[in-house]
Amino acid sequence: MDRRPKELKPTGLKLRIDWILCDGYSLCSPEAPDVIDLDEWGYPIIRPGPIAECELKDAKRAVGACPMSALSLVPLDFDKRS
Amino acid sequence: MTLGHDTRRLLAGPTLDGDPERYPAHIARLGALRAGAADRDIIGSLEASGLLGRGGAGFPVGRKWRALADRGGKSSAVVVANGAEGEPASHKDRILMAHRPHLVIDGAILAAEAIGADEIVFYVGREHEAALSAMKSAIAERKADLGRRAKLVQAPLGYVAGEATAVVNAINTGKGKPTTVPPRVSERGVGKKPTLVQNVESLAYAALIARYGDAWYRTAGRLGSKGTALVTVSGAVKDAGVWEIELGTPVGEVAEEAGATVARTRAVLLGGYFGTWANASDAWALPMDPATMKSAGLAFGCGLLWLLPTASCGVWATAQIMEYLADASAAQCGPCLFGLRAIADANTRLAAGRPTAGDLALIERLIPQTVGRGACHHPDGAVQLMASALHVFGEDFAHHARTGVCLVTSTPTGVR
Ligand SMILES: Cc1cc2nc3c(=O)[nH]c(=O)nc-3n(C[C@H](O)[C@H](O)[C@H](O)COP(=O)(O)O)c2cc1C
Ligand code: SF4
Ligand code: SF4
Repeated sequence: MDRRPKELKPTGLKLRIDWILCDGYSLCSPEAPDVIDLDEWGYPIIRPGPIAECELKDAKRAVGACPMSALSLVPLDFDKRS
Repeated sequence: MTLGHDTRRLLAGPTLDGDPERYPAHIARLGALRAGAADRDIIGSLEASGLLGRGGAGFPVGRKWRALADRGGKSSAVVVANGAEGEPASHKDRILMAHRPHLVIDGAILAAEAIGADEIVFYVGREHEAALSAMKSAIAERKADLGRRAKLVQAPLGYVAGEATAVVNAINTGKGKPTTVPPRVSERGVGKKPTLVQNVESLAYAALIARYGDAWYRTAGRLGSKGTALVTVSGAVKDAGVWEIELGTPVGEVAEEAGATVARTRAVLLGGYFGTWANASDAWALPMDPATMKSAGLAFGCGLLWLLPTASCGVWATAQIMEYLADASAAQCGPCLFGLRAIADANTRLAAGRPTAGDLALIERLIPQTVGRGACHHPDGAVQLMASALHVFGEDFAHHARTGVCLVTSTPTGVR
Protein backbone atom coordinates (compact mmCIF):
# COMPACT_ATOMS: atom_id res chain seq x y z
CA MET A 1 0.00 0.00 0.00
CA ASP A 2 1.20 3.46 -0.91
CA ARG A 3 2.19 5.16 2.35
CA ARG A 4 3.01 8.52 0.83
CA PRO A 5 0.91 11.41 2.13
CA LYS A 6 -2.30 11.64 0.15
CA GLU A 7 -1.35 14.85 -1.60
CA LEU A 8 1.82 13.35 -3.15
CA LYS A 9 0.12 10.25 -4.50
CA PRO A 10 0.28 9.95 -8.27
CA THR A 11 -3.09 10.07 -9.98
CA GLY A 12 -2.37 7.80 -12.96
CA LEU A 13 -3.00 10.80 -15.17
CA LYS A 14 -0.61 13.03 -17.05
CA LEU A 15 -0.86 16.27 -18.93
CA ARG A 16 -0.63 15.82 -22.64
CA ILE A 17 -0.22 18.36 -25.39
CA ASP A 18 -1.51 18.04 -28.88
CA TRP A 19 1.52 19.68 -30.46
CA ILE A 20 -0.23 20.35 -33.73
CA LEU A 21 -2.97 22.32 -31.97
CA CYS A 22 -0.70 24.13 -29.49
CA ASP A 23 0.16 27.60 -30.74
CA GLY A 24 2.44 28.63 -27.90
CA TYR A 25 0.06 31.11 -26.34
CA SER A 26 1.59 30.29 -22.93
CA LEU A 27 -1.69 30.66 -21.05
CA CYS A 28 -1.37 27.21 -19.48
CA SER A 29 1.85 27.60 -17.51
CA PRO A 30 0.75 30.33 -15.04
CA GLU A 31 -2.18 28.14 -13.99
CA ALA A 32 0.08 25.21 -13.03
CA PRO A 33 3.61 26.56 -12.66
CA ASP A 34 4.84 23.50 -10.74
CA VAL A 35 3.95 21.21 -13.61
CA ILE A 36 4.18 23.36 -16.74
CA ASP A 37 7.25 25.38 -17.62
CA LEU A 38 7.72 27.33 -20.86
CA ASP A 39 10.52 27.21 -23.39
CA GLU A 40 12.03 30.30 -25.02
CA TRP A 41 9.34 30.28 -27.71
CA GLY A 42 6.44 30.10 -25.26
CA TYR A 43 5.70 26.41 -25.77
CA PRO A 44 4.98 24.34 -22.69
CA ILE A 45 7.45 21.94 -21.09
CA ILE A 46 5.56 19.42 -19.02
CA ARG A 47 7.34 17.96 -16.03
CA PRO A 48 7.60 14.22 -16.73
CA GLY A 49 5.64 11.62 -14.81
CA PRO A 50 2.12 11.47 -13.42
CA ILE A 51 0.28 14.37 -11.87
CA ALA A 52 0.11 14.11 -8.07
CA GLU A 53 -3.23 14.49 -6.33
CA CYS A 54 -2.25 17.87 -4.92
CA GLU A 55 -1.48 19.12 -8.43
CA LEU A 56 -4.70 17.97 -10.02
CA LYS A 57 -6.62 21.17 -9.41
CA ASP A 58 -3.92 23.31 -11.04
CA ALA A 59 -3.63 20.89 -13.93
CA LYS A 60 -7.36 21.07 -14.58
CA ARG A 61 -7.25 24.85 -14.50
CA ALA A 62 -4.43 24.83 -17.04
CA VAL A 63 -6.47 22.55 -19.29
CA GLY A 64 -9.37 24.97 -19.06
CA ALA A 65 -7.15 27.95 -19.80
CA CYS A 66 -5.81 26.68 -23.10
CA PRO A 67 -7.51 28.56 -25.94
CA MET A 68 -6.62 25.88 -28.49
CA SER A 69 -7.92 22.89 -26.52
CA ALA A 70 -4.41 21.53 -26.97
CA LEU A 71 -3.98 20.44 -23.38
CA SER A 72 -5.68 17.46 -21.76
CA LEU A 73 -5.44 15.12 -18.77
CA VAL A 74 -5.05 11.55 -19.98
CA PRO A 75 -4.01 8.12 -18.68
CA LEU A 76 -0.25 7.57 -18.66
CA ASP A 77 -0.20 5.22 -21.68
CA PHE A 78 -2.67 7.26 -23.72
CA ASP A 79 -0.46 8.24 -26.65
CA LYS A 80 1.64 5.11 -27.05
CA ARG A 81 2.30 4.80 -30.79
CA SER A 82 2.28 1.03 -31.24
CA MET B 1 28.21 -8.33 -51.64
CA THR B 2 28.26 -11.96 -50.75
CA LEU B 3 30.45 -12.03 -47.62
CA GLY B 4 31.51 -15.65 -47.26
CA HIS B 5 28.87 -17.91 -48.68
CA ASP B 6 26.21 -16.35 -50.83
CA THR B 7 23.22 -15.55 -48.66
CA ARG B 8 21.43 -13.14 -50.93
CA ARG B 9 17.73 -13.61 -50.50
CA LEU B 10 15.86 -10.39 -51.17
CA LEU B 11 18.34 -9.61 -53.92
CA ALA B 12 18.90 -13.17 -55.14
CA GLY B 13 18.31 -13.67 -58.86
CA PRO B 14 19.29 -11.40 -61.72
CA THR B 15 21.87 -8.67 -61.16
CA LEU B 16 20.79 -5.15 -60.29
CA ASP B 17 22.07 -3.49 -63.46
CA GLY B 18 19.17 -4.75 -65.54
CA ASP B 19 15.42 -4.23 -65.70
CA PRO B 20 12.92 -5.05 -62.95
CA GLU B 21 12.25 -8.75 -62.59
CA ARG B 22 9.05 -9.55 -64.48
CA TYR B 23 6.35 -11.79 -63.07
CA PRO B 24 7.10 -14.92 -65.15
CA ALA B 25 10.76 -14.76 -64.09
CA HIS B 26 9.76 -14.17 -60.47
CA ILE B 27 7.54 -17.28 -60.46
CA ALA B 28 10.10 -19.36 -62.32
CA ARG B 29 12.67 -18.48 -59.67
CA LEU B 30 10.57 -18.62 -56.47
CA GLY B 31 7.37 -20.42 -57.33
CA ALA B 32 3.92 -18.92 -57.06
CA LEU B 33 2.96 -17.49 -53.71
CA ARG B 34 0.23 -20.05 -53.00
CA ALA B 35 2.51 -23.06 -53.15
CA GLY B 36 3.42 -23.71 -49.52
CA ALA B 37 1.98 -20.48 -48.20
CA ALA B 38 -1.57 -21.80 -48.10
CA ASP B 39 -1.02 -24.17 -45.20
CA ARG B 40 1.59 -22.14 -43.39
CA ASP B 41 0.52 -20.09 -40.39
CA ILE B 42 2.13 -16.97 -41.74
CA ILE B 43 1.71 -14.81 -38.65
CA GLY B 44 3.14 -17.57 -36.46
CA SER B 45 6.06 -17.98 -38.85
CA LEU B 46 6.78 -14.26 -38.85
CA GLU B 47 6.71 -14.19 -35.06
CA ALA B 48 8.99 -17.21 -34.80
CA SER B 49 11.39 -15.80 -37.40
CA GLY B 50 12.15 -12.72 -35.30
CA LEU B 51 11.85 -10.48 -38.37
CA LEU B 52 11.97 -6.81 -37.35
CA GLY B 53 10.52 -3.94 -39.37
CA ARG B 54 13.00 -2.39 -41.80
CA GLY B 55 11.55 1.14 -41.95
CA GLY B 56 13.65 2.36 -39.05
CA ALA B 57 11.91 1.62 -35.78
CA GLY B 58 12.59 -2.12 -35.77
CA PHE B 59 9.21 -3.25 -34.43
CA PRO B 60 8.55 -7.04 -34.71
CA VAL B 61 6.61 -7.67 -37.93
CA GLY B 62 4.69 -10.73 -36.68
CA ARG B 63 3.47 -8.93 -33.58
CA LYS B 64 2.16 -6.07 -35.70
CA TRP B 65 0.23 -8.42 -38.01
CA ARG B 66 -1.11 -10.35 -35.00
CA ALA B 67 -2.43 -7.20 -33.33
CA LEU B 68 -4.30 -6.22 -36.48
CA ALA B 69 -5.58 -9.74 -37.15
CA ASP B 70 -6.94 -9.92 -33.59
CA ARG B 71 -8.73 -6.59 -33.76
CA GLY B 72 -12.27 -6.63 -32.51
CA GLY B 73 -15.28 -6.13 -34.77
CA LYS B 74 -15.67 -7.07 -38.36
CA SER B 75 -14.34 -3.92 -39.96
CA SER B 76 -12.21 -4.43 -43.01
CA ALA B 77 -8.66 -3.18 -42.97
CA VAL B 78 -6.02 -1.69 -45.27
CA VAL B 79 -2.42 -2.66 -45.98
CA VAL B 80 0.03 0.06 -46.96
CA ALA B 81 3.40 -0.89 -48.43
CA ASN B 82 5.59 2.01 -47.33
CA GLY B 83 8.06 2.78 -50.09
CA ALA B 84 8.38 6.51 -49.42
CA GLU B 85 12.06 6.27 -48.50
CA GLY B 86 12.36 9.96 -47.74
CA GLU B 87 15.76 9.41 -46.13
CA PRO B 88 18.11 10.94 -48.72
CA ALA B 89 21.12 8.78 -47.89
CA SER B 90 19.20 5.49 -48.01
CA HIS B 91 18.56 3.75 -51.31
CA LYS B 92 17.60 0.23 -50.33
CA ASP B 93 13.83 0.57 -50.67
CA ARG B 94 13.95 2.22 -54.07
CA ILE B 95 16.41 -0.42 -55.31
CA LEU B 96 14.24 -3.23 -53.97
CA MET B 97 11.09 -1.84 -55.61
CA ALA B 98 12.90 -1.10 -58.86
CA HIS B 99 14.32 -4.63 -59.17
CA ARG B 100 12.11 -7.02 -57.15
CA PRO B 101 8.67 -5.41 -57.28
CA HIS B 102 6.89 -8.77 -57.17
CA LEU B 103 8.37 -9.65 -53.79
CA VAL B 104 6.86 -6.47 -52.37
CA ILE B 105 3.51 -7.25 -54.00
CA ASP B 106 3.58 -10.84 -52.69
CA GLY B 107 4.19 -9.54 -49.18
CA ALA B 108 1.37 -7.04 -49.39
CA ILE B 109 -1.06 -9.70 -50.61
CA LEU B 110 -0.03 -12.01 -47.76
CA ALA B 111 -0.48 -9.24 -45.23
CA ALA B 112 -3.90 -8.39 -46.61
CA GLU B 113 -5.01 -12.01 -46.33
CA ALA B 114 -3.53 -12.44 -42.87
CA ILE B 115 -5.18 -9.39 -41.33
CA GLY B 116 -8.38 -9.37 -43.38
CA ALA B 117 -7.71 -6.29 -45.49
CA ASP B 118 -9.67 -5.53 -48.63
CA GLU B 119 -7.46 -2.67 -49.82
CA ILE B 120 -3.77 -2.47 -50.60
CA VAL B 121 -1.94 0.79 -51.18
CA PHE B 122 1.56 0.86 -52.63
CA TYR B 123 2.96 4.15 -51.38
CA VAL B 124 6.05 5.03 -53.40
CA GLY B 125 8.19 8.17 -53.19
CA ARG B 126 7.40 10.32 -56.24
CA GLU B 127 11.08 11.07 -56.75
CA HIS B 128 11.98 7.37 -57.08
CA GLU B 129 11.28 7.13 -60.80
CA ALA B 130 12.65 3.67 -61.50
CA ALA B 131 10.84 2.26 -58.46
CA LEU B 132 7.59 3.93 -59.49
CA SER B 133 7.63 2.60 -63.01
CA ALA B 134 8.65 -0.90 -61.89
CA MET B 135 5.88 -1.01 -59.30
CA LYS B 136 3.35 0.32 -61.81
CA SER B 137 4.08 -2.35 -64.41
CA ALA B 138 4.33 -5.08 -61.78
CA ILE B 139 0.92 -4.16 -60.34
CA ALA B 140 -0.49 -4.34 -63.88
CA GLU B 141 1.06 -7.80 -64.33
CA ARG B 142 -0.67 -8.96 -61.15
CA LYS B 143 -4.23 -7.99 -62.09
CA ALA B 144 -5.41 -11.54 -61.50
CA ASP B 145 -4.10 -11.58 -57.92
CA LEU B 146 -4.84 -8.01 -56.99
CA GLY B 147 -8.12 -7.36 -58.76
CA ARG B 148 -9.48 -3.96 -57.90
CA ARG B 149 -8.19 -3.86 -54.37
CA ALA B 150 -4.77 -2.33 -55.08
CA LYS B 151 -3.69 1.16 -55.97
CA LEU B 152 -0.44 3.03 -56.22
CA VAL B 153 -0.14 6.39 -54.49
CA GLN B 154 2.84 8.65 -55.02
CA ALA B 155 4.29 9.86 -51.73
CA PRO B 156 4.76 13.62 -51.47
CA LEU B 157 8.37 14.79 -51.30
CA GLY B 158 9.97 15.20 -47.91
CA TYR B 159 11.53 13.32 -45.07
CA VAL B 160 8.43 13.13 -42.88
CA ALA B 161 6.08 11.90 -45.63
CA GLY B 162 7.18 8.33 -44.81
CA GLU B 163 6.17 8.55 -41.15
CA ALA B 164 3.19 6.25 -40.54
CA THR B 165 0.57 8.91 -39.71
CA ALA B 166 1.84 11.09 -42.56
CA VAL B 167 1.54 8.11 -44.91
CA VAL B 168 -2.11 7.67 -43.98
CA ASN B 169 -2.74 11.42 -44.15
CA ALA B 170 -1.17 11.60 -47.62
CA ILE B 171 -3.31 8.74 -48.89
CA ASN B 172 -6.45 10.25 -47.35
CA THR B 173 -5.93 13.93 -48.10
CA GLY B 174 -2.82 14.34 -50.26
CA LYS B 175 -0.96 16.11 -47.43
CA GLY B 176 2.16 14.25 -46.32
CA LYS B 177 2.20 15.66 -42.79
CA PRO B 178 1.97 13.63 -39.60
CA THR B 179 -1.18 13.71 -37.50
CA THR B 180 -1.68 13.49 -33.75
CA VAL B 181 -1.70 10.06 -32.08
CA PRO B 182 -4.15 8.71 -30.96
CA PRO B 183 -5.85 7.61 -33.08
CA ARG B 184 -3.13 5.20 -34.14
CA VAL B 185 -3.14 4.15 -37.77
CA SER B 186 -3.80 0.56 -36.66
CA GLU B 187 -7.10 1.78 -35.22
CA ARG B 188 -8.12 4.47 -37.67
CA GLY B 189 -6.06 4.87 -40.79
CA VAL B 190 -6.72 4.90 -44.54
CA GLY B 191 -10.43 5.65 -45.12
CA LYS B 192 -10.81 5.48 -41.31
CA LYS B 193 -10.13 1.74 -41.44
CA PRO B 194 -7.57 -0.09 -39.30
CA THR B 195 -4.35 0.12 -41.31
CA LEU B 196 -1.11 -1.84 -41.39
CA VAL B 197 1.73 0.42 -42.51
CA GLN B 198 4.71 -1.76 -43.30
CA ASN B 199 8.03 -1.00 -44.92
CA VAL B 200 8.49 -2.55 -48.38
CA GLU B 201 11.56 -4.55 -47.32
CA SER B 202 9.65 -6.00 -44.36
CA LEU B 203 6.88 -7.08 -46.75
CA ALA B 204 9.31 -8.56 -49.27
CA TYR B 205 10.87 -10.64 -46.50
CA ALA B 206 7.44 -11.85 -45.39
CA ALA B 207 6.96 -13.18 -48.93
CA LEU B 208 10.10 -15.29 -48.57
CA ILE B 209 9.28 -16.51 -45.07
CA ALA B 210 5.85 -17.57 -46.35
CA ARG B 211 7.58 -19.76 -48.93
CA TYR B 212 10.48 -21.15 -46.91
CA GLY B 213 9.52 -20.81 -43.24
CA ASP B 214 10.94 -19.26 -40.12
CA ALA B 215 13.62 -21.91 -39.59
CA TRP B 216 14.99 -21.06 -43.02
CA TYR B 217 15.02 -17.34 -42.12
CA ARG B 218 17.25 -18.06 -39.16
CA THR B 219 19.79 -20.11 -41.10
CA ALA B 220 21.45 -16.89 -42.25
CA GLY B 221 23.10 -14.48 -39.86
CA ARG B 222 26.39 -14.25 -38.01
CA LEU B 223 27.59 -13.94 -34.42
CA GLY B 224 24.22 -15.02 -33.08
CA SER B 225 22.19 -12.69 -35.31
CA LYS B 226 19.50 -14.12 -37.57
CA GLY B 227 18.56 -13.27 -41.12
CA THR B 228 19.82 -10.87 -43.77
CA ALA B 229 19.09 -7.21 -44.43
CA LEU B 230 19.48 -4.59 -47.10
CA VAL B 231 21.97 -1.88 -46.30
CA THR B 232 23.01 1.27 -48.10
CA VAL B 233 26.75 1.92 -48.00
CA SER B 234 27.84 5.40 -49.05
CA GLY B 235 30.08 8.35 -48.35
CA ALA B 236 33.83 7.74 -48.47
CA VAL B 237 33.75 4.36 -50.24
CA LYS B 238 34.64 3.27 -53.75
CA ASP B 239 31.62 1.04 -54.29
CA ALA B 240 28.73 2.94 -52.82
CA GLY B 241 25.45 1.13 -53.22
CA VAL B 242 22.88 -1.20 -51.77
CA TRP B 243 24.06 -4.55 -50.47
CA GLU B 244 22.38 -7.48 -48.81
CA ILE B 245 24.31 -8.57 -45.74
CA GLU B 246 23.90 -11.25 -43.13
CA LEU B 247 22.81 -9.57 -39.93
CA GLY B 248 25.69 -9.60 -37.50
CA THR B 249 28.29 -8.81 -40.15
CA PRO B 250 30.77 -6.34 -38.64
CA VAL B 251 30.57 -2.75 -39.86
CA GLY B 252 34.22 -2.84 -40.95
CA GLU B 253 33.75 -5.92 -43.07
CA VAL B 254 30.86 -4.31 -44.94
CA ALA B 255 32.81 -1.08 -45.34
CA GLU B 256 35.95 -2.84 -46.59
CA GLU B 257 33.96 -4.90 -49.06
CA ALA B 258 32.77 -1.56 -50.46
CA GLY B 259 36.36 -0.31 -50.68
CA ALA B 260 36.87 1.63 -47.43
CA THR B 261 39.66 1.29 -44.87
CA VAL B 262 39.53 2.11 -41.19
CA ALA B 263 42.69 4.20 -41.54
CA ARG B 264 40.98 6.51 -43.98
CA THR B 265 37.65 6.66 -42.12
CA ARG B 266 37.08 9.16 -39.35
CA ALA B 267 33.57 8.14 -38.33
CA VAL B 268 30.51 6.28 -39.54
CA LEU B 269 26.91 7.39 -39.57
CA LEU B 270 24.75 4.41 -38.70
CA GLY B 271 21.02 3.96 -39.18
CA GLY B 272 20.16 7.08 -41.16
CA TYR B 273 19.85 10.81 -40.52
CA PHE B 274 17.91 9.73 -37.41
CA GLY B 275 20.77 7.47 -36.47
CA THR B 276 24.02 7.92 -34.63
CA TRP B 277 27.62 8.77 -35.35
CA ALA B 278 30.31 6.40 -34.11
CA ASN B 279 34.10 6.59 -34.26
CA ALA B 280 35.33 4.40 -37.09
CA SER B 281 37.78 2.60 -34.80
CA ASP B 282 35.02 1.83 -32.27
CA ALA B 283 32.47 0.82 -34.86
CA TRP B 284 34.68 -1.32 -37.13
CA ALA B 285 34.13 -4.53 -35.15
CA LEU B 286 30.51 -3.77 -34.32
CA PRO B 287 28.04 -6.33 -35.69
CA MET B 288 25.34 -4.77 -37.86
CA ASP B 289 22.31 -6.03 -36.03
CA PRO B 290 19.37 -4.11 -34.52
CA ALA B 291 19.59 -5.62 -31.02
CA THR B 292 23.38 -5.46 -30.69
CA MET B 293 23.51 -1.92 -31.99
CA LYS B 294 20.74 -0.79 -29.70
CA SER B 295 22.49 -2.15 -26.63
CA ALA B 296 25.60 -0.22 -27.72
CA GLY B 297 23.51 2.96 -27.84
CA LEU B 298 23.58 2.93 -31.64
CA ALA B 299 20.93 2.36 -34.27
CA PHE B 300 20.49 -0.06 -37.16
CA GLY B 301 17.58 2.09 -38.32
CA CYS B 302 17.05 1.82 -42.06
CA GLY B 303 20.40 0.07 -42.58
CA LEU B 304 22.48 3.06 -43.56
CA LEU B 305 26.25 2.95 -43.29
CA TRP B 306 27.73 6.31 -44.31
CA LEU B 307 31.45 6.88 -44.00
CA LEU B 308 33.12 10.18 -43.13
CA PRO B 309 36.72 10.29 -44.39
CA THR B 310 39.57 11.29 -42.05
CA ALA B 311 40.12 14.49 -44.00
CA SER B 312 36.58 15.74 -43.34
CA CYS B 313 35.05 17.70 -40.54
CA GLY B 314 32.35 16.09 -38.41
CA VAL B 315 31.04 19.46 -37.29
CA TRP B 316 30.47 20.41 -40.91
CA ALA B 317 28.95 17.05 -41.87
CA THR B 318 26.56 17.21 -38.92
CA ALA B 319 25.58 20.79 -39.78
CA GLN B 320 24.56 19.61 -43.27
CA ILE B 321 22.34 16.92 -41.79
CA MET B 322 20.85 19.16 -39.09
CA GLU B 323 20.04 21.80 -41.70
CA TYR B 324 18.29 19.15 -43.74
CA LEU B 325 16.33 17.83 -40.76
CA ALA B 326 15.34 21.32 -39.57
CA ASP B 327 14.05 22.11 -43.06
CA ALA B 328 12.26 18.75 -43.12
CA SER B 329 10.14 19.62 -40.08
CA ALA B 330 6.50 19.62 -41.12
CA ALA B 331 6.32 22.95 -39.24
CA GLN B 332 3.24 21.91 -37.31
CA CYS B 333 4.73 21.70 -33.82
CA GLY B 334 6.55 24.62 -32.20
CA PRO B 335 9.33 22.76 -30.41
CA CYS B 336 10.20 20.83 -33.59
CA LEU B 337 10.04 23.86 -35.88
CA PHE B 338 11.90 26.32 -33.63
CA GLY B 339 14.06 23.87 -31.69
CA LEU B 340 15.54 22.08 -34.70
CA ARG B 341 16.03 25.39 -36.51
CA ALA B 342 17.89 26.86 -33.51
CA ILE B 343 20.10 23.76 -33.21
CA ALA B 344 20.86 23.74 -36.94
CA ASP B 345 21.66 27.47 -36.96
CA ALA B 346 24.05 27.11 -34.03
CA ASN B 347 25.71 24.07 -35.60
CA THR B 348 26.11 25.90 -38.91
CA ARG B 349 27.65 28.96 -37.22
CA LEU B 350 30.10 26.65 -35.46
CA ALA B 351 30.92 24.79 -38.65
CA ALA B 352 31.32 27.95 -40.71
CA GLY B 353 33.80 29.61 -38.38
CA ARG B 354 31.49 32.30 -37.05
CA PRO B 355 30.37 30.94 -33.69
CA THR B 356 28.60 33.18 -31.21
CA ALA B 357 29.24 32.72 -27.50
CA GLY B 358 27.00 30.06 -26.09
CA ASP B 359 26.29 28.20 -29.33
CA LEU B 360 27.57 24.91 -27.97
CA ALA B 361 25.73 25.37 -24.67
CA LEU B 362 22.58 26.19 -26.59
CA ILE B 363 22.79 22.94 -28.54
CA GLU B 364 23.47 20.97 -25.36
CA ARG B 365 20.46 22.51 -23.65
CA LEU B 366 18.07 22.11 -26.59
CA ILE B 367 18.80 18.41 -27.13
CA PRO B 368 17.00 17.12 -24.02
CA GLN B 369 14.46 19.93 -24.17
CA THR B 370 13.29 18.94 -27.64
CA VAL B 371 12.84 15.19 -27.10
CA GLY B 372 9.23 13.99 -27.18
CA ARG B 373 7.76 17.41 -27.93
CA GLY B 374 6.23 16.86 -31.34
CA ALA B 375 3.30 15.03 -32.88
CA CYS B 376 5.73 12.56 -34.47
CA HIS B 377 9.23 11.31 -33.65
CA HIS B 378 10.98 13.61 -36.11
CA PRO B 379 12.47 15.89 -33.42
CA ASP B 380 13.51 12.87 -31.33
CA GLY B 381 15.46 11.33 -34.18
CA ALA B 382 17.06 14.63 -35.11
CA VAL B 383 18.36 15.42 -31.63
CA GLN B 384 19.60 11.85 -31.20
CA LEU B 385 21.85 12.41 -34.21
CA MET B 386 22.98 15.75 -32.76
CA ALA B 387 23.74 14.21 -29.36
CA SER B 388 25.87 11.50 -30.97
CA ALA B 389 27.76 14.17 -32.93
CA LEU B 390 28.69 16.02 -29.73
CA HIS B 391 29.86 12.72 -28.31
CA VAL B 392 31.95 11.57 -31.29
CA PHE B 393 33.18 14.98 -32.47
CA GLY B 394 33.28 16.62 -29.03
CA GLU B 395 36.85 17.87 -29.42
CA ASP B 396 36.09 19.26 -32.87
CA PHE B 397 32.99 21.08 -31.64
CA ALA B 398 34.95 22.56 -28.73
CA HIS B 399 37.76 23.69 -31.04
CA HIS B 400 35.35 25.26 -33.53
CA ALA B 401 33.60 27.06 -30.65
CA ARG B 402 36.82 28.31 -29.08
CA THR B 403 38.85 29.28 -32.12
CA GLY B 404 36.49 29.49 -35.06
CA VAL B 405 38.87 27.21 -36.92
CA CYS B 406 38.48 23.56 -37.86
CA LEU B 407 40.75 20.96 -36.22
CA VAL B 408 40.76 18.74 -39.28
CA THR B 409 41.00 21.14 -42.19
CA SER B 410 42.57 24.15 -40.40
CA THR B 411 40.18 26.44 -42.23
CA PRO B 412 37.41 28.51 -40.68
CA THR B 413 34.76 26.75 -42.72
CA GLY B 414 35.34 23.09 -42.04
CA VAL B 415 35.59 22.38 -45.77
CA ARG B 416 38.79 22.35 -47.68
C1 LIG C 1 10.06 11.29 -39.72
C2 LIG C 1 9.90 9.83 -40.04
C3 LIG C 1 10.05 9.40 -41.35
C4 LIG C 1 9.87 8.06 -41.71
N1 LIG C 1 10.04 7.68 -43.00
C5 LIG C 1 9.86 6.37 -43.34
C6 LIG C 1 10.03 5.93 -44.70
O1 LIG C 1 10.35 6.72 -45.60
N2 LIG C 1 9.83 4.62 -44.99
C7 LIG C 1 9.47 3.71 -44.02
O2 LIG C 1 9.28 2.54 -44.33
N3 LIG C 1 9.31 4.09 -42.73
C8 LIG C 1 9.49 5.39 -42.38
N4 LIG C 1 9.31 5.78 -41.07
C9 LIG C 1 8.85 4.76 -40.10
C10 LIG C 1 7.32 4.59 -40.20
O3 LIG C 1 6.72 5.51 -39.29
C11 LIG C 1 6.87 3.18 -39.80
O4 LIG C 1 7.39 2.88 -38.53
C12 LIG C 1 7.30 2.10 -40.77
O5 LIG C 1 6.92 2.39 -42.10
C13 LIG C 1 6.69 0.77 -40.35
O6 LIG C 1 7.21 -0.28 -41.13
P1 LIG C 1 8.18 -1.39 -40.54
O7 LIG C 1 7.59 -1.80 -39.19
O8 LIG C 1 8.16 -2.47 -41.54
O9 LIG C 1 9.51 -0.76 -40.36
C14 LIG C 1 9.51 7.12 -40.69
C15 LIG C 1 9.37 7.55 -39.37
C16 LIG C 1 9.57 8.88 -39.03
C17 LIG C 1 9.42 9.30 -37.59
S1 SF4 D 1 -2.22 27.40 -23.44
FE1 SF4 D 1 -2.55 25.77 -24.92
S2 SF4 D 1 -1.90 26.64 -26.89
FE2 SF4 D 1 -1.06 27.91 -25.26
S3 SF4 D 1 0.98 27.11 -24.86
FE3 SF4 D 1 -0.37 26.14 -23.40
S4 SF4 D 1 -1.00 24.26 -24.44
FE4 SF4 D 1 -0.13 25.55 -26.02
S1 SF4 E 1 7.09 16.85 -34.76
FE1 SF4 E 1 7.90 18.07 -36.46
S2 SF4 E 1 7.82 16.73 -38.24
FE2 SF4 E 1 6.52 15.79 -36.65
S3 SF4 E 1 4.45 16.57 -37.07
FE3 SF4 E 1 5.38 17.99 -35.63
S4 SF4 E 1 6.34 19.59 -36.87
FE4 SF4 E 1 5.90 17.87 -38.21
